Amino acid sequence: MPEPLIRAHHLVKKFGDFTAVAGIDVEVQPGEAFGFLGPNGAGKSSTMRMISCVSKPTDGTLRIFGLDPVTDGPKIRARIGVVPQLDTLDTELSVQENLWIYGRFFDLSRAECRRRTTELLEFAQLTERAESVVDDLSGGMKRRLSIARSLINEPSLLLLDEPTTGLDPQARHVLWDRLYRLKQQGVTLVLTTHYMDEAEQLCDRLVVMDQGRIVAEGSPRSLIEQYATREVLELRFSAGTNDQFADRLHGLGSRQEALPDRVLVYADDGEAALQEVHHRGMQPESALVRRASLEDVFLLLTGRSLAD
Amino acid sequence: MAALATPGAFRVTGWYLTAFRRLWKMNLLSSFVQPMLYLLGLGVGVGSLVDRNTGSTSTLGGVSYVAYVVPGLLVTTAMSLGAMESMWPVMGSLKWQRGYHGIAVTPLEARDIVLGHAAWIAFRSAVAGAAVAIALTLFPDTRSWGLIAAVAVAALVGMAFATPIMAISVNSEYDGAFAGIQRFYIIPLFLFGGAFYPLSQLPTVVQWMAKIPPLWHGVVVARGFTTGNVAWWATLGHLAYVSIWIVAGAIVATRRLRRKLYP
Ligand SMILES: Nc1ncnc2c1ncn2[C@@H]1O[C@H](COP(=O)(O)OP(=O)(O)OP(=O)(O)O)[C@@H](O)[C@H]1O
Ligand SMILES: [Mg+2]
Repeated sequence: MPEPLIRAHHLVKKFGDFTAVAGIDVEVQPGEAFGFLGPNGAGKSSTMRMISCVSKPTDGTLRIFGLDPVTDGPKIRARIGVVPQLDTLDTELSVQENLWIYGRFFDLSRAECRRRTTELLEFAQLTERAESVVDDLSGGMKRRLSIARSLINEPSLLLLDEPTTGLDPQARHVLWDRLYRLKQQGVTLVLTTHYMDEAEQLCDRLVVMDQGRIVAEGSPRSLIEQYATREVLELRFSAGTNDQFADRLHGLGSRQEALPDRVLVYADDGEAALQEVHHRGMQPESALVRRASLEDVFLLLTGRSLAD
Repeated sequence: MAALATPGAFRVTGWYLTAFRRLWKMNLLSSFVQPMLYLLGLGVGVGSLVDRNTGSTSTLGGVSYVAYVVPGLLVTTAMSLGAMESMWPVMGSLKWQRGYHGIAVTPLEARDIVLGHAAWIAFRSAVAGAAVAIALTLFPDTRSWGLIAAVAVAALVGMAFATPIMAISVNSEYDGAFAGIQRFYIIPLFLFGGAFYPLSQLPTVVQWMAKIPPLWHGVVVARGFTTGNVAWWATLGHLAYVSIWIVAGAIVATRRLRRKLYP
């Protein structure tokens, strides 16, 4: 087993009395795509900022490339790429100027900055917009530029805090494709998201965080197998009556979950469960059998749905 | 063999310069036009009044009013630049555009940002001062080699206002403090800081207060250079005093910025 790229042991981050990260253990291997999944306030960004060497851990140990972020911050930062949750682009400068300047921060020569800028513009599909002022770009383009910029130092570890939040589906797919290519080039990816499909698409392994703790860990598939059933039956009854029906569904499948807008029945055979629903004389307005997803894992683990 | 690394501060200054490249014509024009207007207004208006009265010219050290006021203009221009550039732009880079946070995840750190900012102010003040100085060489009354030294002093004073104000901006939650800095620091110094008439015209208490900020010290030194009456030991003392402001401001700004960027 090679030395892990990131090794966190009992990592804690407190803000005053408030504990944002409550002692987590994480190891990320070279070449892996690793995800932190969790709802608002789970502590994902706080964790990412510690890994980016901008926020000091309150307790526990953290090693990146085997180095201590507190004492070797600049050395580590020279080798990582960081895409923060909020863009930090200079919106008054052009797209290519943003890339050049960032390269200079890493002390790349002017010629090297130009060479990599050309490549990264291509990578981010922004070549046509090279001379546009950042202010004039769409949100998705800005996000792509942020990612391109984080790659200017050819990092072996890329940290992405909610890379696709706020993007339309097409822009998200373009970004996923870019990230997938990076992974194939051997770049280790660590990302946070509250999109289940994103985690399933991109991550080899992930942890589910809730209130500063890790509540589950594994590959997307193994988490689904471990915590959910194979299929899920989604039932919608007329408005406001979902709760009442939840009782009458008792014993169906392995578990039932009443949400404000629908009732979920976890069952290995969704169709069979649906027949039983009809058999018990209930008439849902709509019924849908689907494969279980990470969303279900999250719901089952925390008892709460992930509001986007 | 690895090339020698560019000092971190200069990498940050490079960022400011890139932004400046887009706007330099406008910027240069305004930092040139404003002092020239003052020079014409004060030089022609007040100057004609003062120079007719031999008693006043001796108070000015035997030079014409225009010659007297030139170093004051160079140095106050640098003061305003250093102050302005260290208020909203600094707060913006920390809170709105968040450019400093972008730098914080590169190998650079708070000290590089502060020193890079100071170097940028020095450059900016020197460019603005040089534009005015070049125009001044057109007139025999104000033409002197001392202008070069005066521009350098102005750059120093620009930094002496920039780093302490940056220290305040870094710690400010909103931009309310800036109006106060303008009203109670910059504008009073402009009027009572010894730039446009000798401090000796003012009550003693005001004189003492005016000597605390770096402006007067810079003006005295710059004036020595442009009028050719340099008192070397006093000059060194004044410059050391101005430098203390720069260094103290930079230390506090760095410490505060580090706390903001690396919580
Ligand atoms: N600088 C800070 N000072 C005080 N509290 C903070 C600070 N930063 C984060 N917190 C708190 O820590 C908790 C975790 O925040 P964090 O940003 O890590 O969550 P997150 O998982 O990234 O959430 P989101 O999905 O909304 O981005 C939140 O309750 C937040 O209010
Ligand atoms: Mg976050």
